[in-house]
Amino acid sequence: MSMDTKTLVDWVLGSDAGFWWRFAGVAAAWALPITLWVSLVGLISIWLERKISAHIQCRLGPMEVGPHGALQTIADGVKLLAKEDLIPDGADRMLFALAPILAFAGTFVSFAVIPFGPDLIITDLDTGLYFLAAIGSLEAIGVIAAGWASNNKWALFGSVRAATQVVCYEIPMGLAFVTVAAVAGTLSMTEIVEQQNGMLWNWYLFRNPFMPLAFISYYIASLAECKRAPFDLPEAESELVSGFHTEYSGMRFAIFFLAEYAAMYVVSALAVVLFLGGWYTGIAPVDKALAASPLWGNVVGALVIITKSFALIFVQMWLRWTLPRVRLDQMMHLCLKVMVPIGMFVLVFAALWQALLPYAGALNGREALYPTLGSVTGLVVFLVLVIGGWMWVRGVIRATTSYKTANYRT
Amino acid sequence: MLSDSTRTNAVTSGSADLRTEEMLLNMGPQHPATHGVLRVLVRTDGEVVLDCEPHVGYLHRCFEKHCESVTTLQSVLYTDRLDYLTAMGNNWGFCMAVEKLYGPELVIPERAQYIRVICQELNRIASHLLAIGTYGMDVGAITPFLYCFREREKILTIFEHICGQRLNYNYIRPGGVAYDVDDAMLALIKDFCGYFLPKVDEYDDLLSGNDIFVQRTANVGVLSAKLAIDYGCTGPVLRGSGVPRDLRKDQPYGIYDRFKFEVPVGRGERGSVGDCYDRYMVRVREMRESTSIVQQALKGIPAGEIRSSKIKAKVRPPKGEAFTRIENSRGDLGFYVVSEGKEVLYRVKCRAPSFHNIAVLPEISRGSMIADLIAIIGSLDIVLGEVDR
Repeated sequence: MSMDTKTLVDWVLGSDAGFWWRFAGVAAAWALPITLWVSLVGLISIWLERKISAHIQCRLGPMEVGPHGALQTIADGVKLLAKEDLIPDGADRMLFALAPILAFAGTFVSFAVIPFGPDLIITDLDTGLYFLAAIGSLEAIGVIAAGWASNNKWALFGSVRAATQVVCYEIPMGLAFVTVAAVAGTLSMTEIVEQQNGMLWNWYLFRNPFMPLAFISYYIASLAECKRAPFDLPEAESELVSGFHTEYSGMRFAIFFLAEYAAMYVVSALAVVLFLGGWYTGIAPVDKALAASPLWGNVVGALVIITKSFALIFVQMWLRWTLPRVRLDQMMHLCLKVMVPIGMFVLVFAALWQALLPYAGALNGREALYPTLGSVTGLVVFLVLVIGGWMWVRGVIRATTSYKTANYRT
Repeated sequence: MLSDSTRTNAVTSGSADLRTEEMLLNMGPQHPATHGVLRVLVRTDGEVVLDCEPHVGYLHRCFEKHCESVTTLQSVLYTDRLDYLTAMGNNWGFCMAVEKLYGPELVIPERAQYIRVICQELNRIASHLLAIGTYGMDVGAITPFLYCFREREKILTIFEHICGQRLNYNYIRPGGVAYDVDDAMLALIKDFCGYFLPKVDEYDDLLSGNDIFVQRTANVGVLSAKLAIDYGCTGPVLRGSGVPRDLRKDQPYGIYDRFKFEVPVGRGERGSVGDCYDRYMVRVREMRESTSIVQQALKGIPAGEIRSSKIKAKVRPPKGEAFTRIENSRGDLGFYVVSEGKEVLYRVKCRAPSFHNIAVLPEISRGSMIADLIAIIGSLDIVLGEVDR
C-alpha cells in the first residue's frame, strides 16, 4: 500500500543513525517495481507500435518470435545487449555515457507520482503535478547532452531541435496543468482523480466548456514532449539520419528507446489522471461498488487506468503512422502563436467559470450523478471539436482531390 | 568553393552581434534522404541553408564507354542500369536511336509498338509511385510509401511475367520487343488499371490533401519556368513549373500520336507555380494519364509480329549517326549513337534528365531550411544511376 510523503519523511528523519542506509533502502524498494513496470510498458508499447504500424501499412509486422511476434522485442533487447559498446572518436566520453541515463531518469522518476489506483501510488505528493512538470524537463537535458557529446553534426542538430521543442511545448503543457489545478484546487494527483468520481460527465474533460480545449492542447503538447510524429523533428530520420542518437548503439540506444516509450506512457497516464477520470470507470454505481473493496478497487482501478493510457498511446501511434512531419518553424508557430494563446484563453475562462459558476462546474468532493450545466456544455464543445474537426479535415481533403481543371493542356 | 554572395536569408542579415558560425554539413553519399549516393555539401547557419552544392559521381559505371566495347544488343542491357526505375524507357530510348540508324525503311510491327507503349506507361506509373512514396517519407509520412509499394509490386509482377525481370528488363530490343505478351497477361494489365485508379484517390487522401504535407511542400523550392528552362530541366520538374512540355505530345515518337491524354502542369494550386507541391501533383496526375494511355493501348493492340525481320539476330546498324529522345519518367532522355557499320557502336552518348534536374538544386534551395532541402531533393526525384551513368 502507499506510503505517503509525510510518513516517509518522518520515518527517515526520525532517527539519525543509518539515515542514508534507510533512504537508499526505501529508494531501492520502490525503484525495483518501477523498473519492472517501465520495462514491461516498454516491451508492450514497442510490440504494439510494430503491430499497429504494420497493420496501418498493410503488413503483418513481427510474426516469428512468440505468438504474433510478442517476444520480438525481447529478442531485440538481447541483441542490443550483446552489441559492442561503441563510443565514437572525439566524443565527450563521460557525457556520452551519462546522457542516456539522464534522459531515462526524468521519465523514470515521473512514475513515482503517477497513480495506478486509489492506493497504488508510490508517493502522493501534495505538489505532484508541479513535480511532474519539473522532472519532465530532465529528459531534454539528457537529449541535449547526447547530441553535444556525440561530436556529430546531425546529432547536434537533433539535440538543438529537441531543446527548442521541449522548451516551446512546456508552455502550453504547463498552461493545461494550471487550468486543471485551477479547476481542481489541488496539485495532488490522487485528489485530482477523486474529484472526477461519479458519472462520465464528471471527468475533467467535460467539466466546463473550456476543458476539452485544454485536453486537446495538452495532448498535442504531449506529442511534442515525447518527440512523437508529427513532432518527431529531433530524430527526423529522413533529415537528420537519426537525430540526437545517431551515434548511439547497443544498450545506450536501447535506454533512449525505452525512455521514449516510457515517456509516452507517462504523458498518456497523466492525461488520464488529469482529464479522463483516472481509475474511475465513469459509471457511478460500478465505481461505488469498487470503492467498497480496497482490493478490487485497486486491481480494477489499475486495469482501468492502464487501459485508458494505452488507448491514448494507440492514438499517438495512429497519428505517427499517418501524418507527415512539421518543419521546425511550423512547430514553433503552432506552439507559440496558436497553442499558447488558446491555453491562456482556456485558463482565464476556465478560472472565471470556476469562480462564477462553481456549482454548475466542479462539485468538489460530491458525486454528481446528473450532468451539470458545465458538463453538458463541455460535452457539446468536445463533440463539436472532434466531429467538426474531422469534417473540416475531410472537406479540405476532398477539395484537393478535384482533378480535372481548365489549366490542362490537351 | 561556395560563394559568399548567396546570403539571401533574413535570419542572418539582422544584428551583427548575433552572427554565429556557419556550419559545413556533408549530406551523403550515405544519407537516408539523398535517394542513392548523392552527396550534397550544405553550408548552413543553424537550420537555414545558405548554399549547397551537389556532388555526383559516386555511381559512375562508365556506361558510355561500356557501350563502345560490347555489341549493340548487349548495350541494351546496360541501359537498364541508367534510370533503374524506368528501365523500359531506357531500353526504348536506346533502341529508338539504333532503329533510326536503319532509316525510314525499318518499320516496327504494330503489336510491338503497342507493347512498348503499355510497358513504358506501366513503368512510368511504377516510377512515379516510388517517387511519391519516397517523397512522403522525405517529409516524414512513412505509410504512403508502403501503400505505393503495394501497387508498384503488382506492376513489377506483371513485368516479371512478361520478361522474367522485375527491375532491369532488357525487354525492348532494336526492331521490336524480346517476347510476346499473351492474352492472359493483357487481361491482368486491364485488371490492374481498374484496380489502380481508385488507389490514386487514396494517395490524395493520405498526402495531397494532408494539411501538414501541403505546408511542408507548398511555396517550398519554387522553380520558375525560366530557371527550369535555363538549367535544362525536363519532365515533371519542368511541367511542375507550368511549362506544358511533353515529348509524347511535342514530338510524338512510337505511336503516341494515336492516344488521347493530357499533360498536367503545375498551377500553384497551394502555393506558387513551380513549388514542390506542384512537382508532386504533376506526378500524381501523370499516373492517371498513364493509366488511361495503357487502357487505350489495350483496346487497340493488334495481333501480329513483335519484331521487325529487317533487323537480324546480329544487330549491325548501318554507318551513320542518330540522336533520338523520349519522354522518360524523369524527363527528356536522349541517346546519340554513332555507328561505323559494325556490331559494336562507335560512340554512345546519353543525355540523362536527372543530371540536369539535380543541377538546379542550389538555385532553389538557398535560404530554405534543412527540412526543406530534403523536400526539394525529393521533389526533383533523381535517380543516381542516371545522374552518374
